Amino acid sequence: MLDTALFYIFAALTLGGGVLTITRRSAVHSAIWLITSLLGVAGLYLLQRAEFLAGVQVILYVGGIMVLFLFVIMLVNLDQAAKEKRFSGQKWIALACVAAVALQALWFVSKGAGRFTLGQPSIAGENLGNSEHVSRVLFSQYLLPFELASILLLVAIIGAVVMAKKRI
Amino acid sequence: MEALLATYLKPLVMTAVIILLFPLIAGYITLAERKVLADFQVRLGLMRVGPYGFLQPIADAVKLLLKEDIVPSAADRWIFWLAPVLSTVTALTAFSVLPLGPNLQVADVNIGLLVILSLSSVGILGTILGGWASNSHYSLLGSLRSAAQMVSYEVAMGFAIVSGLMVAGTLSMQGIVKAQFDRQIWFAFSNYGLMFIPFVTYSIAAVAETNRAPFDLPEAESELVAGFHTEYSGFRWALYFLAEYANMFVVSSIAVTLFLGGWLRPFANIEALRHPLDFAFPAGLFGLIGVGCAIGMRRRTVAVDKGIMAVLAMAMLGAAAAFLVPMINAAIIGPFWFLFKVSVILYCFIWYRGTFPRFRYDQLMRVGWKYMIPIGMGALIVNGLVLLKAR
Repeated sequence: MLDTALFYIFAALTLGGGVLTITRRSAVHSAIWLITSLLGVAGLYLLQRAEFLAGVQVILYVGGIMVLFLFVIMLVNLDQAAKEKRFSGQKWIALACVAAVALQALWFVSKGAGRFTLGQPSIAGENLGNSEHVSRVLFSQYLLPFELASILLLVAIIGAVVMAKKRI
Repeated sequence: MEALLATYLKPLVMTAVIILLFPLIAGYITLAERKVLADFQVRLGLMRVGPYGFLQPIADAVKLLLKEDIVPSAADRWIFWLAPVLSTVTALTAFSVLPLGPNLQVADVNIGLLVILSLSSVGILGTILGGWASNSHYSLLGSLRSAAQMVSYEVAMGFAIVSGLMVAGTLSMQGIVKAQFDRQIWFAFSNYGLMFIPFVTYSIAAVAETNRAPFDLPEAESELVAGFHTEYSGFRWALYFLAEYANMFVVSSIAVTLFLGGWLRPFANIEALRHPLDFAFPAGLFGLIGVGCAIGMRRRTVAVDKGIMAVLAMAMLGAAAAFLVPMINAAIIGPFWFLFKVSVILYCFIWYRGTFPRFRYDQLMRVGWKYMIPIGMGALIVNGLVLLKAR
């Protein structure tokens, strides 16, 4: 009962935040609504008993990425940006993407959840916490992708330093 | 019914108490700060409102509430309103996972420390948005500085915390304290003393995270008037101020929980020290303060001042007596040690402010990126290796 109510609240936050993100004129307002949307997603993770994921979502997206977004937005000349055309002409690509997602959702609903193998949520009352589960899987089953992702990030960091610094 | 009470009533009551009480506590932390700084500078400090300035925080609070609420005409009104609220709400929400005592905690969640870290990262937004919404150069520069500083030092802080978590093996705040009891050592001194390095890194990063001197560049008054809250006054300013002190309390609490044994007394596993440390020490401490208040009462001349000092002396002596009753002692000794350790760290915060001159901006960034982060990483690797060896 409480879970259902919370689900609808978080879902409304996520979707409403998303809609407001693309309709606000001021870029800073858009960023704030994007943050709301991301927090809504974190809430949905919490409802799925993925506490670790929820915490990391907030730290990385809200605390890291959105702070950098705001940083850039604040230094940009907003008056000029407000005069420009609001929606860039990618209407058809956007429509195609939305249609694809809608078809997927429709297909899923028509087949019923029973036909698919869904990821199992961690079971409450188990001795191992959520973070332990994540780390166990990450460092055994998915070790190679994890390490590859770290190398990718390292390359990106070095690339950023090389591009930013004129004299190394 | 019993279960319902335990799940909902206790957390709700504790939340209400924290929200109502913390502004008062923050006020008295500022009083302590001004008094201690005055002492460092060989002057008396506050002496006018109440005996020895004891009622000053209340006078300040009334003044702030009655001040005219000014919103700059060019400001973004909506964000101008949102920013201080965001700072205060996130700072106070972090209190919900602090383990004040063995049973005194709003919620013992299994990602306790992660919750605090994520809340503090959302709190940064309050600073950035406040500076931007004011539409003033000083505010914007202050908030840019502050954001850059907080993001940089969050990395160093993260490394120090990860070292601590590695030793503890859990993210739950109560779990961390219990791990220190089982391991029979505070984590600041474990791993053959190697964990002391992350503790020091954390302490420095914590000062920078809370924008306190010597890292108070975001509000450097000689350059930026008051930094990101230049345009804020009255109650809105009070909210920022509350958030700053709440953040100080929270980072001190993390240091206490992760490195200094939380609500455990020193040498928690040595039974022989139980009576001297759990009974004699707090009773003696409060008794001494009570006697001090009694002497202060005799020196005051105004009748009202004498009365207030008498009430204070009685309260302190009463607290001292309460610690001698075994049943009451069992209930309050955990919170006593926790708050005592937090107070010691808060005193150090004030001490730094009275001792170190402010850093220049490039020095601040150099300390953060070239010293703190590499040291944090090195400490993490070395402690990991030592733990692996011990296993």
